[in-house]
Amino acid sequence: MDLDLMINSLPKLLSATLTTLKLLSLSLIFGLTIGLIFAIMRLSKNKLITNFSYGFSYIFRGTPLLVQIFIIYFGLGQIEYLRSTILWIILKEPYWCAIIAFSLNTGAYTSEILRSAFQTIKPGFIEAGKSLGISSKIIIYKIQIPIAIRQSLPAYGNEIILMLKGTSLASTVTLMDLTGVAKYIISTTFKPIEVFIVAGSIYLFLTFLIHNFIKFAEKKMGTN
Amino acid sequence: MELLYFGSKGWGDELFAAFLMTIAVSITAMLIGILFSIIFTPLKLSNNKIFNFIANFYTTVIRGVPELLVIYLFFFGGTGAVMFVASIFGYNEYIEINAFITGSFAIGIISGAYSTEVFRGAIQSIDRGQFEACKALGLKKYIYFFQVIIPQMLRLAIPNLSNVWQITLKDTSLISVTGLVEIMRQSYIAAGSTRDPLFFYSFAALLYLILTFLSMKILNKLEKNYSRGF
Repeated sequence: MDLDLMINSLPKLLSATLTTLKLLSLSLIFGLTIGLIFAIMRLSKNKLITNFSYGFSYIFRGTPLLVQIFIIYFGLGQIEYLRSTILWIILKEPYWCAIIAFSLNTGAYTSEILRSAFQTIKPGFIEAGKSLGISSKIIIYKIQIPIAIRQSLPAYGNEIILMLKGTSLASTVTLMDLTGVAKYIISTTFKPIEVFIVAGSIYLFLTFLIHNFIKFAEKKMGTN
Repeated sequence: MELLYFGSKGWGDELFAAFLMTIAVSITAMLIGILFSIIFTPLKLSNNKIFNFIANFYTTVIRGVPELLVIYLFFFGGTGAVMFVASIFGYNEYIEINAFITGSFAIGIISGAYSTEVFRGAIQSIDRGQFEACKALGLKKYIYFFQVIIPQMLRLAIPNLSNVWQITLKDTSLISVTGLVEIMRQSYIAAGSTRDPLFFYSFAALLYLILTFLSMKILNKLEKNYSRGF
């Protein structure tokens, strides 16, 4: 056991943790928005919109995240047309490609979580809203969405943890996140166990924080 | 489409071999995972605090650390560990472990942590009365376990095990970083040499979709078979 290496690599790994957290929080914000849009589309009465939303979540949940990142980072750059548009400024950066892939991926999972939460809302709540003469837009924003968020918290907590682990794939497109830096240190020092212990502990600590934060939020919102 | 021709002109046969390799790694990893869960589930359910701690440590660490990090640990650490054990027995030559074995072990250990949780949940949700009834009837221990507990447990565990299978299947794409030629690695090679990454990675995505779709169909049948009434 090389304690010196563990202590020396800690600052490097901690600063890489910031990259991981940045990737995670941005993907979660975009992913939640995407998930909400697709969940609402899934509940629409129009078959075409429902099928489109189902297809989106099926494709992103049925393929590995690694393939999705590679298609976006290596694949999209191949389309000549894209290179001439303004989108290219975003798509040439591995950082944004990773965030796009993570957001779409977590968006697909989140849409499933939210959909099932929407579908388990008791119809009585919506009927009560309707009978009070509240417009259907306000029913969605003030009744359905808050209840759905409350009900989907435990499942969403798991999704956040899965996404935290998913951000490790950013290292495959040259980003130096926690896993990327860990791999770099391992491949220069050939001390995999020591680095694994330090990097793994940081990940476990983050998982622990997320887990407790979700528990706290559940308590605050009074879900049982 | 020419890119997918079989033979020396296209990548069809290479991709097909890679497709089979992904299936082989997934099945091996899943079996290793089930083997691990057969060891760790009893530890998790035992009354011994030390056994409990070992099993909880395993499932918590593996489920809380990214898969890629575990794979790097095995990829870089596996050879060292085997050589260390070999050196105890007086063998000091360089040993290289097959990427298939390292990969399936890494994914298998990850899959095992999830399976352990599934089996633990399934056993814990069997009605206590079933255990008591067996004792009251004075059933022999192995009959009680194999004829009463296991069938009930399987029926509860299979839907969740099929989720573990889907996760395992998708995780095998990460082994490509160790150089094992499965779907991802082969697409990477093909994309590099033809400069057509969009096509090959989309095709890889399609192959994974086929795999997840087929396994969903098969597992649904299995689920139906196990959930009929006794």
